[in-house]
Amino acid sequence: MSVLVGTETRLCVAGITGSEGRFHTLNNRDYGTNVVSGVTPGKGGQDVEGIPVFNTFHAAAEQSGANTAMIFVPPPFAADSILEAADAGIETIIAITEGIPAHDELRVYTQIKRTPNIRLIGPNCPGVLSPGKANVGIIPASFFKEGNIGVMSRSGTLTYQIGNELAQKGFGNSSIVGLGGDPIPGTSFIDVLEMFENDDQTELIVMSGEIGGDAEELAAEYIGEHVTKPVVGYIAGFTAPPGKTMGHAGAIVSGSKGTAAAKAEALEAKGVRVGRTPTQVAEIAVEILGG
Amino acid sequence: MDLLEYQGKQLFARHEIPVPSGIPARTVDEALAAAEKIGYPCVVKAQVKIGGRGKAGGVKVAANAEEVREHSEAILGMDIKGFTVYELWIEEASEIEAEYYAAIVFDRSARAALVMLSTQGGMDIEQVSAETPEAIATLHVDPLLGFQPFEARRLAFEAGIDADLIRPIGDFLTRLYETFIAEEALLVEVNPVIITPERKVRALDSKVTLDPSALYRHEENAKLRDPSDEDPQEQMARDRGLTYVKLDGDIGILGNGAGLVMSTLDVVAQYGGEPANFLDAGGGSKADAITGAVEVICSNEKVKAVLFNIFGGITRCDEVANGLIEAFATAKPTVPFVVRLDGTNDVEGRKILADAKLPGVHTAATMNEAAEMVVALAKGESV
Repeated sequence: MSVLVGTETRLCVAGITGSEGRFHTLNNRDYGTNVVSGVTPGKGGQDVEGIPVFNTFHAAAEQSGANTAMIFVPPPFAADSILEAADAGIETIIAITEGIPAHDELRVYTQIKRTPNIRLIGPNCPGVLSPGKANVGIIPASFFKEGNIGVMSRSGTLTYQIGNELAQKGFGNSSIVGLGGDPIPGTSFIDVLEMFENDDQTELIVMSGEIGGDAEELAAEYIGEHVTKPVVGYIAGFTAPPGKTMGHAGAIVSGSKGTAAAKAEALEAKGVRVGRTPTQVAEIAVEILGG
Repeated sequence: MDLLEYQGKQLFARHEIPVPSGIPARTVDEALAAAEKIGYPCVVKAQVKIGGRGKAGGVKVAANAEEVREHSEAILGMDIKGFTVYELWIEEASEIEAEYYAAIVFDRSARAALVMLSTQGGMDIEQVSAETPEAIATLHVDPLLGFQPFEARRLAFEAGIDADLIRPIGDFLTRLYETFIAEEALLVEVNPVIITPERKVRALDSKVTLDPSALYRHEENAKLRDPSDEDPQEQMARDRGLTYVKLDGDIGILGNGAGLVMSTLDVVAQYGGEPANFLDAGGGSKADAITGAVEVICSNEKVKAVLFNIFGGITRCDEVANGLIEAFATAKPTVPFVVRLDGTNDVEGRKILADAKLPGVHTAATMNEAAEMVVALAKGESV
């Protein structure tokens, strides 16, 4: 198996008629993802390289059977688009958009949590790739092959770096899940830990965290109680000064809270080995799984 | 984005939160003119984005024009914990019977706004929180319901507010929440909230942080951005659409993607180097972004060597290589560079660089090797 996206995925893309949205949608389709539709208000009835475009998510869900949405619209419209997809009953919503206002994110998060059976991944994330099955988002799929390591991360390019190091050691991946770099991600490490724990294909879990918030600390607690598979950690931002936002809106050390050292310590206290460089993460994986 | 005290108060006034009247001033003459309008006694307050102004001598009461002149001269240009005072706020003096504390914080861990109220105002709230946590009443607000009148009452009763002030303090908190939502703040803090001898509630200070991602729909607030409190390199980077954070070291860093750049800083530090900056050229770095980035990094005179760490996803390594060649033609950097290109079109990118034979440019195959090389180069060693 794999998690979140796979052979059952029927993808509908919001923002499919924009240049970036179109480019990545077609990339996803070339990879083998079943892209069934797109949504652009006012462009219903058109198509993008044969992919039908609808005016609303409701029409897309009814007429194309979409069960997964990718949100590729600019920040002022993204929260609305996520809510629309949820209202149309689309179960998995993957939001790539960076720069959504924090208060919008908070309202969207709360509404999604109150809607049964709807999951939001992101925003400000690179998407989800299940090698050999489906790619939804902007992860460069050519670096990854099918395998037994599940990866989840708050950062895109760092995920590629770690994935590439694993690939060079001969490992592939069950799924690679980008959680996103914003302060209120729709899906947390804990959610994905549960998925990987229950996924037959996944034998080892790599989690890549960074400074800011307490998601890694909470994940450490969860791992201690509920996860039987080995977990290897990485935390970025040991050298980040307090009070500065390091690129991602969520990557900020506030006073003494959210430091990389505290996160690594919390994980190690629960038996998670934390690599100090991306290379070391791959080396630890080799030690655990055998080269 | 942090606001100055008076900017926060102007925001409060928009939402009918009572504040003492005042006028901003950038010179002694402006301060004198402001004081004439406000009347005496008045307060001369340093406007800096850091706490502890009072203790540092940045807040003084003036009984007459002579004292306004004296205090303004002393405070303008004063250094308060590394922040220079460029601006004053001349405010009517307030009579104070009691000092309370009120704040609303965007609590990312709880995924809700946290409202706090205490009768122990005027002090460092972190100290109150550490020593007598029961003195602070707190409550999380449902983001979809909003702050309810019963919640305001509950907080006021729990904080031990006098009976006659339950309603006025409740109104104050309600307006503070309206401000927090309408202006899309991440923090609104009032310390102290004062009670006057007439039992009126007023915000005597303000600390406001606005969400930078929401400024596009708050034109008035976007204008409050103050270039004078930004570092020159940070300004340059922002003008070029790059994310840059200045650090203390001498190794310039460029990468694509926030996580990879943070990781690069860490790896350089592990090899004994000190990064001079964080610079994220973006997920889809194009040639002009690279040129801009080189200009920004090299304008910091402390930089002795530069590390380029690119893992191409959307970013194409051949574009990065061409960007670097362009940057060398225009910015003519004089310090050595270490370039690590991996990912999309990496073979093409490395070939372009090898063919260009740029002076002082070294290539590395891995992130660790690149970090080791740049640390040696910054120390003046050869590689």
